[in-house]
Amino acid sequence: MMGYIIRRLATALIVVLGVAAIIFALLHWLAPSPAYDVLGAKAQPAAVASWNKLHGYDRPEIVQFFSYLGDLVHLNFGYSYKLSQSVSALFKENAGRSAYLTLAALLLSLIIAVPLGIMQAVRRNTFGDYTFTTLNFVLYSMPSFFLGLILIQFLALDWGVFPPTVSDSITTAWQAFDHPTQLALPIVTLAAINVASFSRYMRSSALDNLAQDYIRLARAKGLSQRAVLFHHLLRNACLPMITLIGLSIPTLLAGNLLTEYLFNYPGLGLLFYTALGNLDYNVLLAYVILGAILTVLGNLIADVAISIADPRVRLD
Amino acid sequence: MTEPEAPLLEGLGDAAGMPIGAPEGGEVQIIASGWNLALREFFDNKLAVVGLVVIVFFILFCFIGPLFDSTNQTLVNPLNTDLAPGGHYLLGTDEHGFDEFGRIMLGGQTALEIGFFAAAIATVLGTLWGAIAGLAGGLVDGIMMRIVDVLLSIPLLFLVLVLATKYSGTVVRLSLLIGLFSWLIPARLVRGEVLTLRTRDFVSASRVMGANRRRIVLRHLIPNALSVVIVNVTFQVADSILILAYIGFLGFGLQFPSTSWGDMLGGAQNYVTEGYWWLVYPVGGCLVVLVLATNLVGDALRDAFDVRLRRR
Repeated sequence: MMGYIIRRLATALIVVLGVAAIIFALLHWLAPSPAYDVLGAKAQPAAVASWNKLHGYDRPEIVQFFSYLGDLVHLNFGYSYKLSQSVSALFKENAGRSAYLTLAALLLSLIIAVPLGIMQAVRRNTFGDYTFTTLNFVLYSMPSFFLGLILIQFLALDWGVFPPTVSDSITTAWQAFDHPTQLALPIVTLAAINVASFSRYMRSSALDNLAQDYIRLARAKGLSQRAVLFHHLLRNACLPMITLIGLSIPTLLAGNLLTEYLFNYPGLGLLFYTALGNLDYNVLLAYVILGAILTVLGNLIADVAISIADPRVRLD
Repeated sequence: MTEPEAPLLEGLGDAAGMPIGAPEGGEVQIIASGWNLALREFFDNKLAVVGLVVIVFFILFCFIGPLFDSTNQTLVNPLNTDLAPGGHYLLGTDEHGFDEFGRIMLGGQTALEIGFFAAAIATVLGTLWGAIAGLAGGLVDGIMMRIVDVLLSIPLLFLVLVLATKYSGTVVRLSLLIGLFSWLIPARLVRGEVLTLRTRDFVSASRVMGANRRRIVLRHLIPNALSVVIVNVTFQVADSILILAYIGFLGFGLQFPSTSWGDMLGGAQNYVTEGYWWLVYPVGGCLVVLVLATNLVGDALRDAFDVRLRRR
């Protein structure tokens, strides 16, 4: 187990190094030097050259890459010359709100998808099952922003239950938590993307488990349907969810970007969107690296967690 | 796919009664009831047919439609902006005074072109990459697949968006952008398929007969791995259309006055509060229905190929 984790961590490190190399190459191609951002678009070539020399942008690429790596290790993601702040400070400021939105959406999607999948499996091939399967399929094919627009139209503008955008007065994750109506629509929009795929997997996993002997034994012992479903089926059928949550991180990050943009909720996604408009490549590429690290970590944690939860899974 | 309540023997009997011949012992529990299977297959096919019809409809609607209902889609008309549907304009006009119905056709053209073109690029690249890696094995395979691992851990949408800030605006550029970063899944799938295929006798036989690598890859491995590839193409098309919609919605899509459905929704988003529903729901509906149809076809194809594998 320990050996496995160490080996996986080493592989993850190599992957992250590869990602860093690609990102550095991209950064270099898109924005070789921030000199023009600092000195202005009409700066004299001589001034640019001297600025580059002063800040080390005239060194060979490979040297620059290693100093970039060194900065990364120190969690220094560069400086946003457009927002005049270090990227790490910007991330620190926005990460909490994004994390709250994403985790709340993940939790909500699990709360909906797990019972829904089990219900569908137990009552398979009934009208209800078909209805939800169809609904999931539609939801799965729907871009999250379109769902968001529909929710805004009906729940916010027509019926006025929730505000159409998140209020500017929500500045901390705690405030967001404290005013649930403000974030209800963003959380539901983000959760809906995952509900579709989660409940599909949950349904097929529950179906597989319902066919197992241990369920038949539990029924033969005379346990009630409730006990069979909640004590025996639930725990086993949920195992694939662990892997699925680990794999859903890129989807969540992308959904996060669109949801925050749509509802004007200040988080990492909105920061990324602003940086796209500003051509603020230090912020953009730092966020891409962060996304890649989260993806790698998500896979790793999911693999380890499944082996802890399911003794049949051996890691070696 | 399993039918838990059905007794094992009943499943065996039904399956054995079918014309395609009895499955091997270990696979019995998958095919529980011949009736059910036939019914399900029928049901799946129907959905696939519906999906296919929808895709063909959209291709005709978007590419042939403008020939019958040609509208001005290049010159902004400030006098005709945001007209409600009715009269001359079937679906009203948008914020530039373009006929919305004609604009949906135009946006559909680019969505379909980019969807299929990007999927084609991704599939060709991924198939070759996976086939070569799987066949070469050893260090080459290791290096090639680690490259795939690295690229796969970078969230696709972010990478594409960052590049779209500099490299976007036309159909070809967007197709290349999406296609060049989504070949990783097909590469993995094909490699896995090749790894199982390369140990088969017919590959050894052709190698003994003196076939070179190129021939083995092009004539034996790729054709046999084709089922996996075909299934993946359909999902690839759906994903490419969605990614394009995301890019367009965020405003980094095609150069005005060209458009795609995502661009249109991005523009319409500002008018939701005004109640201009015709700028939101028809486009969004088309997008969802097309992606849904493509996914349906993909699902049905996968099931069809799975069934064939089971019966072998």
